[in-house]
This record gives sequence, C-alpha cells and structure tokens, in this order.
Amino acid sequence: MTLAEFATTHGLKRIGARPPFFKYIAEVWQRRGFAWMLSNFTNQATHARTRLGGWWNILLPTIQAGTYGLIFGLILGSSRPHNFLPFLFTGVFLFSFMSGCFQSGAGSITGNSGLVKSLTFPRALLPLSTVIQQFINLWPQIALLLITILITQQSLTVSWLLFPVVILLMTSFSFGLALVAARLNAQLRDLGKLIPFVIRIAFYVSGVFFSVDKVLGKWPEVMAVFKFNPFYDFIELARGLLVNGYAPTTELWLLCIGWAVLLPIVGIVFFWKAEEVYGRDD
Amino acid sequence: MTDETAPSAPATEERQPVVVVDGVDIIYQVYASGKKANKYNGVSKKGSRGQLRQVHAVKNVSFTVYKGETVGIIGTNGSGKSSLLRAVAGLTQPANGAVYASARPVLLGVGAVLMPALSGEKNILLGGLAMGYSKKETEELAPAITEFAGLEEFIDLPMRTYSSGMSARLRFAIAASRSHDILIIDEALSVGDQQFRKRSEARMREMRDNAGTVFLVSHSMKSILDTCSRVIWLEKGVLTMDGDPREVCNAYNEYTGVKTIDD
Repeated sequence: MTLAEFATTHGLKRIGARPPFFKYIAEVWQRRGFAWMLSNFTNQATHARTRLGGWWNILLPTIQAGTYGLIFGLILGSSRPHNFLPFLFTGVFLFSFMSGCFQSGAGSITGNSGLVKSLTFPRALLPLSTVIQQFINLWPQIALLLITILITQQSLTVSWLLFPVVILLMTSFSFGLALVAARLNAQLRDLGKLIPFVIRIAFYVSGVFFSVDKVLGKWPEVMAVFKFNPFYDFIELARGLLVNGYAPTTELWLLCIGWAVLLPIVGIVFFWKAEEVYGRDD
Repeated sequence: MTDETAPSAPATEERQPVVVVDGVDIIYQVYASGKKANKYNGVSKKGSRGQLRQVHAVKNVSFTVYKGETVGIIGTNGSGKSSLLRAVAGLTQPANGAVYASARPVLLGVGAVLMPALSGEKNILLGGLAMGYSKKETEELAPAITEFAGLEEFIDLPMRTYSSGMSARLRFAIAASRSHDILIIDEALSVGDQQFRKRSEARMREMRDNAGTVFLVSHSMKSILDTCSRVIWLEKGVLTMDGDPREVCNAYNEYTGVKTIDD
C-alpha cells in the first residue's frame, strides 16, 4: 500500500487541493461575512490617518467632478455635450467605480499577502471585498450625482426608478472585472504596471466627458464596434435614464445585461482555475 | 530515511493517522537579483533581471502523524522547516507529492501580520471570520483572546504599533482560541516573554490532550523537549531523523556542535 492509498483509506483529504467549482462558490458564500468585514475595515483604515476621515469619501469625488467640470468645460467650449454637468458627473462617477474595481481588484491578492500567506480561505473573497468596498464608496457619489441632476434639471422622472438596476448590473460586471484583474496581476506582476495606462485609455475612449455619437457619428462601422465597450454602455445607459435629452435604447439594455451576466461567470471560472497558485513566494 | 510504504499500524492500539506527508518536494523558482557582488566594483552590471534559479527547499519528505501527537520540527536556518509546514497548511503547493490530512491544518507563523493598519480587536474579528467562525462566535471569543494575549490595554491600537512580541502573542491567541484538529506553530512563540511562553505551552498541551495534533517549529530545544512527543529533524530539505525527542535533539546538538540541551 502506498502512502497515498494509506491516507485515503483512513479518510484523509489532500490539502491545498482546489475544491470543485460549486463547492468553491458555496465556500465563498459561507464566508461572505469575512469579505464584508474586510471591506469595511479596509475602508476605515484607508482614511484612519487623515484628519477628515470618512468625509474624504464625499470630498474626493466632489473635487474630482469639480476639476473635470472646470477643465473639460473650458477646453470643450461650445462643443460641450448637451446638459453638460449631469452628463459629465454621470460619466465620471460611474467610470471611477468601474475602474476602481478593476484597479483594486488587481491588487487584491498581491496587496493582501499577509492574509493570503497566513490563512486559508477561498481567495475569491479578496476581489469580492474590494468590489464591496468600492460599492460602499459609490453611495455618496450617487447622492452627489442625483443632487446635481435635481438642481440642474429641476425635474424627477419615472425612469430614475430603473437607475438602481443599472447600478446592480454595473456592480456585477465590475465583480467579474476585479476577478480577472486579480488573477492576471497575481500571476504576472508586470501587468500591474500597465493598469494606470489601461484605465487612462479607457477613460478617454468611453465617452466620459464627450459625446461618442457626435464624434463617431460619421463612421457608423466604427460605432458598431465601439458599442461593445462596457464602460461606455453602462455610462450611456445611466445617462439615458437620468439626464434629459438622452434615451436608454433597448440595444444598450441588452449590452449591459450581457456584460453583467457574462463577465462574472468568466471571471469566477478564470479566478478559480488558479486558486492553488495564489500567495506562492515567487 | 524516507519511507515509501505505509507504516503498519501497531497491533496494541488502533492509531488514527491525521496527517500524511507523501514524498513532498518543494521547489521555488526565484529570480536571482543580478550577479554576485564583484569584489572590485560591488555589483556587476550584467543582467539586472538576474536569472531564474531553482531552490529545492524540501526534498522527497514523507512521514505520517497520528492523532494526539505533538511533533517538533528542528533544523538549522534555511533547512526547509517553514516551507514544509506551509505545504502541510496548504499555503504552498508541493512540486511533487502531496499532503493529506483529516482536517484543514491551521498555521500560525511569525510573518503572519494580518492587517497592520487595523486595531488588534479588528484583527481578531477578521482572523476568526477567515478561519470560518461566525461573527457571533468570534465576538464571543474576542475578550478571551485579548486576555490570553495579555493585551487588554492595547487592543484598540493599530497592530502596526505593536512590538513583534505583542503581535506574535495576539496571533497565537487568535489561532489557539479554539481547539483545532491540527495546529501548526512556526517559531511564533520564540518572541514571546517567559510568562507568555509558559501560558502558551500549557495551552498546546491542553490541545494535545483534547486529541488535537500540534506541529511546533522551534530553535529552543527546551520548548521542544517540554511539549513534543516526537521530533523530526530536517537538514537541507532532507528528513534526517524522526523519532523520540531526546534522541533526535541529542543527535541534532551533536551535529550543530552544541554540547548541552538548554534554552
């Protein structure tokens, strides 16, 4: 009898083996409290050494939106999109949520090596907790956005009721994004260096501060490809619901639902496949 | 020394294996940082990326540990003790071979700082949840953990302000707050003071008596002799000796040139 047979006949299980997919999902779900608490604590720790503490969660997006409003408002001049401030704020806040999930998701394994190296738990909890953290920080921004829109548009429409659905779809998509980024960065640290550039490029091509339809209107075939940019889809759909003068098309709804279903599935499978590799000292 | 076949169970009593380490090899692929320092100009300029080096940290190690044993692991620095135990805990994948266990082993190591920016209290909660306890259970355990670590005064301070001894005490207290079937302690006690060491050794014996299995890495032969029922000696990644604590420690001391068994 070999040692392996000896072990299995006594009911011992191989340690460190990646659990089957659905068992893995169940384990993640069972320990969701850990992800929730980790995101809360990380959030507190981020601002713990500043005087203003949690107020930064509101101050930062306000400053960010103010800066972009000023700069793009001046640069774009008369070519500003219609209803500029609500247009810009929707773009900036939604984009910063998605790119934030991407960036912090990428660092979720590498940046928590203390946890990864000392405790065994399903590693997908780490990207999950960064998405929860971003989600918590999104609320003050949403509040700021809605207040801005209320002030500038002076109206409240029924379509606002669908806005939470967009947030939900966008969060689901971002979770998938965080999972993919987490594995890529954990296995190939070099990619981490490129993340700021990827985000910058995405910022400029997702119609955050300009109207894509206006710019690409002359080239319908480019536009047909461009429509698949998920950042653009979510921002444009939210604008359709909130900002006067923009409409949420069925096509946008379908694209957003597609991204929100597809990416988390791809992400979790992709992440789970490398579960045994995370936290190795190399 | 490695034994490829299963040990036959002694006829007198049915011994229950809890950990089986089967032909484990651990190989690290590390980028060596450049060339060796040159004696004329410090560091040679060639190859700043360095070359990929293979470090064979643990070489074909096999052993079986039974229920209720406390196993000391000894060996000189860099002999592969921590690597081996990280594999037992499932934190490092062996290149060859496998580790089998009846329950998930819990590792308590020196380097295990959870979240330095958070208070001791919050680290207790996080550690508990990560080990799979419910929030309620962890909250109930927290006062006892704080008391065991002797950190009542400092538990609300961020862990980065703790001394290495204090954080080691807290980590031990978190890990030992519940009886684990298999607990691995990697030199975590060596930084604690005399008083804490007594308390933690008592706790380890208690765990062992509750039919838990404990692995202990230590350079203190006294600690090993006081708590362990069996000692494994690793040298350069090879299992050199495995057996009665006194015998193995004596052989080890002879090897290292230390005459007496002391602290």
